[in-house]
Amino acid sequence: MDLFEYQGKQYFGRFGIPVSAGGVAETVDEAVAQAEAAGYPVVVKAQVQVGGRGKAGGIKLANDADEVRQHAGNILGMDIKGHRVDRVWVEQASDIDEEYYASFTLDRAAKQHLLMLSAQGGVEIEEVAAKDPDAIVRLHIDPVDGLSRETARQAAVDARIPERAVDGVADILMKLYRCFVDGDCDLAEINPLILKPDGAVHALDAKVSLDGNAAFRHPEWEEYDKTEVLDDREQLAKEHDLQYIGLDGSVGIIANGAGLAMSTLDVVNQVGGEAANFLDIGGGANADVMAAALTVINHDENVRSIFVNIFGGITRGEEVAKGVVEGLRRVELRAPIVIRLDGTNAEEGRQIILDAGIPASKLISKPTMLEAAREAVRIANGGEGGA
Amino acid sequence: MSIFVDENTKLVVQGLTGGQGKFHGLRNRDYGTKVVAGVTPGKGGQDVEGIPVFDTVAEAVSETGATASFVAVPPKAAPAAILEAAGAGIGFVVCITEGIPAQDEARVYNTLVRDFPATRLLGPNCPGIISPGKCNIGITPSDIAELPTPDGPNVGIVSRSGTLTYQALYELKQNGIGVSTCVGIGGDPVPGTSFVDCLAEFQKDSETHAMIMFGEIGGSAEEEAAEFITATVTKPMTAYIAGVTAPPGRKMGHAGAIVSGGKGTAQGKMDALAAAGVHVGLNPTEAGELMAGLLKKTG
Repeated sequence: MDLFEYQGKQYFGRFGIPVSAGGVAETVDEAVAQAEAAGYPVVVKAQVQVGGRGKAGGIKLANDADEVRQHAGNILGMDIKGHRVDRVWVEQASDIDEEYYASFTLDRAAKQHLLMLSAQGGVEIEEVAAKDPDAIVRLHIDPVDGLSRETARQAAVDARIPERAVDGVADILMKLYRCFVDGDCDLAEINPLILKPDGAVHALDAKVSLDGNAAFRHPEWEEYDKTEVLDDREQLAKEHDLQYIGLDGSVGIIANGAGLAMSTLDVVNQVGGEAANFLDIGGGANADVMAAALTVINHDENVRSIFVNIFGGITRGEEVAKGVVEGLRRVELRAPIVIRLDGTNAEEGRQIILDAGIPASKLISKPTMLEAAREAVRIANGGEGGA
Repeated sequence: MSIFVDENTKLVVQGLTGGQGKFHGLRNRDYGTKVVAGVTPGKGGQDVEGIPVFDTVAEAVSETGATASFVAVPPKAAPAAILEAAGAGIGFVVCITEGIPAQDEARVYNTLVRDFPATRLLGPNCPGIISPGKCNIGITPSDIAELPTPDGPNVGIVSRSGTLTYQALYELKQNGIGVSTCVGIGGDPVPGTSFVDCLAEFQKDSETHAMIMFGEIGGSAEEEAAEFITATVTKPMTAYIAGVTAPPGRKMGHAGAIVSGGKGTAQGKMDALAAAGVHVGLNPTEAGELMAGLLKKTG
């Protein structure tokens, strides 16, 4: 789960990482109030989870209430690369001497934590990596040992951070590491990390991505649910507790298992179609789960056919078949289902579907993944059902 | 032969008295796996359909001689359960638990490497392992696993995804091809056992004549496997990578299945494997058919 900048800064605040005084606003009046509280001059920043906000006109300096009113008015509701701006973050403007970069992630290949630190901040780190790879210090940290202050300080020295900023940077690295580990982040990044004329080091931006698997020990994360960027379909899926990702195509997908669901998207694509979604109904595929899945898919106006791709393992074919038949009874579908049922007790499952006497205009059974994909795509691309 | 587990493996099920542990533990026993013990703290002295339950893994090991463990406990308890098994001298731990925080996984993995190098962890978030006819640990449906034949050719399977593992077993069964061992390494960011670990064992195993590998987007485990294959593997291989059409930046069901910053794409992985001499199918069925074709030629 990715946090907005303002949420990231508030999260940093929990771990003592210094950020600028400021507040979030959803209206122009709120923005002015936040500016008054923070003290002028202020920066008004669009809150969207996409890069390039500044270039798009989403970050503006304001010296008084009129300017805040003007900029907040322009920025709120703005479209930045397909993301609508619903909130701005208004914070006290900072004097900047230098800009650095710092982040912690998990290096999956090394199976250790990775610190990346550079004296060249304020630009995309990928750009620095391409132009001047030596300017980035990459340091692996054993998760059992954790990060020591000595190591953090040495990393700052190695990154050629100037002497007067080394202790301040090391201090923030220690706190950012705690945020990364105890805060269960997939990514904790500060870019830019700034040095002010008075020698203070300070996080001017915050990029935080949380590990959803750790939500059980972070009740405070609940507030992020409200601002998570989900489309209607994804919201509905979440309410039904389904693993769903909305896409742009016309073939609705229901599969059991993440790998098979991914594979189903691929096969649909290979035979000339486009998937409307990713949906993994997991191991169990009883009538309730199937009905919920069909309800979510049915909500998508672009769907022209529904490809149900099930490989029976522990979940037996007849259980899945019963689920589909019952689901069809409960939900009036906008598009026909093409089902491929394979694996354990698939024969029995197909017989149940046959015996249910559902017309071929609503439900078509195909023996293999490839044949079913072809049929689903044929219908989605304008062919008649029931072939 | 087979890899990691065989007819001599003695299994303790951690969480045997829970829903998942009981269901799958008993299924594993029905298949012929030697399930010698269960562990649930506070329930020592009870039994589950004749399988004795102990309070700790250490007790289970000293009383029954268990050599492998099946961890079927919730995400909160799983890290401690894995380390408890390792501490009790268990050499092979299978953890099916889905939803363990990545920070915990990283800590457990590195603790095992440092303090318990003799213990191998399979998973978490994996379907488990089956050596057909000998031993099944985890949730793999055993009736779709074809027995290996004495003269071969037999195939070893390694996969990140559970359902695709089953698909591979099924394809081989349809073609009458035996399976030496089928390993599901799981879809999490820090798996205890990697593709390379499995391929190295399959390469050494006299009963395995060829390997099928099913990967997916995210991380670089498939690229590392490709390097290893180039350097070490001489047996024929086919592969399939799921997630060609996955949108960047989204976790596709598995916590580890994500294309980020242009890295971990399916195309990159397929190219790396093809360059290592692996026959790469565009879907799971094709990978199975390619394998059948290869074995006809060589067999």
